[in-house]
Amino acid sequence: MRLIPSAALLAAFSLVAGLAQAQTVLSVTTDGNAETVAAMEALTAAYTAAHPDVTFEIENRPGGADGDNLVKTRLATGEAGDILQYNSGSLFQALKPVENLADLSDIAGQANVIDSFKSVVTASDGTVRGVPFGPAMGGGIYYNKKIDAELGLSVPKTWAEFMANNEKIKAAGKVAVAQTYGDTWSSQLFVLADYYNVQAQVPNFAADYAANKAKYANTPAAMAGFQHLEDVFKAGYLNEDFGVAKFDDGVRMVATGEAAHYPMLTFALGNIKQNFPENLEDVGFMAQPGDDAAKNGLTVWMPAALYIPAASENQEAAKDFLSFVASVEGCNLMIGANGATGPYLIKDCALPADVPGAVADMLPYFQTEGLTAPALEFLSPIKGPALEQFTVEVGSGIRPAAEAAGLYDQDVEKQAKQLGLPNW
Amino acid sequence: MASRQKSPYPYWFVLPAAVVFVTLFLVPTFASFWFSMTRWDLFEAHFIGWDNYHQFFKEPFLVQGLVNTLIYAVLTSASKSVLGLLLAVLLTSGILWQGFLRSVVFFPVLVSTIGIGITFQALMHPTKGVINIALAYVGIDGPSWLSDPGLALYSVAFIDLWKGVGLATLIYIAGLAAIAPDYYEAARIDGATRVQQFWRVTVPLVRPATVTVITLSLIGGLRSFDIIWATTRGGPGFSSDVLASVIYKQYQAGFYGLATAGNVILFMLIAIIILPLTWWFNRREVDL
Repeated sequence: MRLIPSAALLAAFSLVAGLAQAQTVLSVTTDGNAETVAAMEALTAAYTAAHPDVTFEIENRPGGADGDNLVKTRLATGEAGDILQYNSGSLFQALKPVENLADLSDIAGQANVIDSFKSVVTASDGTVRGVPFGPAMGGGIYYNKKIDAELGLSVPKTWAEFMANNEKIKAAGKVAVAQTYGDTWSSQLFVLADYYNVQAQVPNFAADYAANKAKYANTPAAMAGFQHLEDVFKAGYLNEDFGVAKFDDGVRMVATGEAAHYPMLTFALGNIKQNFPENLEDVGFMAQPGDDAAKNGLTVWMPAALYIPAASENQEAAKDFLSFVASVEGCNLMIGANGATGPYLIKDCALPADVPGAVADMLPYFQTEGLTAPALEFLSPIKGPALEQFTVEVGSGIRPAAEAAGLYDQDVEKQAKQLGLPNW
Repeated sequence: MASRQKSPYPYWFVLPAAVVFVTLFLVPTFASFWFSMTRWDLFEAHFIGWDNYHQFFKEPFLVQGLVNTLIYAVLTSASKSVLGLLLAVLLTSGILWQGFLRSVVFFPVLVSTIGIGITFQALMHPTKGVINIALAYVGIDGPSWLSDPGLALYSVAFIDLWKGVGLATLIYIAGLAAIAPDYYEAARIDGATRVQQFWRVTVPLVRPATVTVITLSLIGGLRSFDIIWATTRGGPGFSSDVLASVIYKQYQAGFYGLATAGNVILFMLIAIIILPLTWWFNRREVDL
């Protein structure tokens, strides 16, 4: 039994050695998407290599509304760990950032962050509470280049041209527009990605909407998105199984040429790259066309951000890591992990020259001032929770567009009241 | 009895159970009444009186959700008790492979609801699903079972029946075993046919099992959520929404006070339906 004392001695030594090194373990919570995990692993591995005394524990939470509830519960009970990856914009505001998240206005990395991003992670007291994590996304329509080439179609700049193309595609016996209402969130694109066109016609819409003055039902430009959903259904342009098809089916259809168009956010490119690498150059991307070809522009979704919960006990170490994420080096690590699917919101972080075609289609919008507009959920705290049910109804012919827009206005009113906003 | 018999145990024996009951059941129940009157975002709660109840009753799809809840509960409860009784009679009649068939009927009860939801989403797929492919062989163009707004609720009720009938059958088998064989012997001597025996002996004497099956499946149907969420999520649109899924969507949206008000309403609704029903069943039992 002589082994025991020596083992105890060894344990005591290693404990002392550990204390001398002052190991810091930062716990990170992410949404668990494959791209998020890949980027986070690349960033944390590089950071630990440079700072051996800091290691990470990465935990994946569920996505969607279940994840929202989990994050809020953990913040409310002070158990949200040291670093939190979560949406920017209206969902960020619902976290009560002034009370629950650390002020990151003064960390070194903020100097690299582009101002347009800072505005979507700024709390009501004017302080910045997050750093960007991942590339900006565009909302628009993927198209299959082979079908376009076969039928001699060109990329439409107005909705009328888009519908004319759809008619030719249908006449050729193909599915013109893929819709995937089995994943209800995917049904919202025609409405949400139309926001560039809405603000091009009604510049004050976001402010008036938040102030309870403008409504979807009485603003024709805002109603157009609902009308588009009704029109593509009535014209019979959809895939036969649109009611049950899922996001993955939509990606497959537009990548392999089963369908000519698929309205979606640009993050779907990661999915195409993974599942249909040989079709990557068969897909192009366009902004959702509006009424006026001269006012063609892109609706943009800001990426998620990294935050530090106010209850974290490792604030300094976590802040240093977040500054690293917001550096050009951090940005390049994320590009290395996932490829370039959109512009990063870090100054001097250039995308590689050989981006996929669909990304190259999107970049010109970002390079000219005024050709992008953030989606409404980044400009106003209110987004009715039942929008995806209404868009499914309109898109499946269950309810006319005008009626759904009116019901959606009621849904928005409920949200505003539950948020306790003034004027509602 | 005039005076209660004194219990041989001291009162503090009840303490452990009372602590569990009070902290896990009584306190949350009363807390939910309080939170249903607040605007609550998990971080702080503001008292707003009856506003949540006003809002919940203003919900445009609440009425449809309520009607759907009743249709769903009555449909699944009735079909489970009828089919459950018939299966129980079949499976106690001494047919070949009786034990094996009993376990086959019970098997769906054991499968995870989410798994069943995913399976039936595949089986009921409008173009690639086994059901519609089979129908196509006999020349029928099958509908879109789960995404046709007029059909979705009934398709889900059918899945619920398939999943739940095993439990009803089990309860009925136990109920049938409790009927003394003398009754059947007497009926046979009187010249009763098998059908007459079923209606005159089995159905009245299996009443306790019927009460259990109807009560359980009606409560289950009224608060049904998991199978609906796993197959249609209340869709397409709101066409298969029931009260529980309407409430869940308020939670998802972060309207915790409003959702709690919805739960209080669901609690009241179940009480209003089940209490008189139980009272009526019990009264009839005394009459017998």
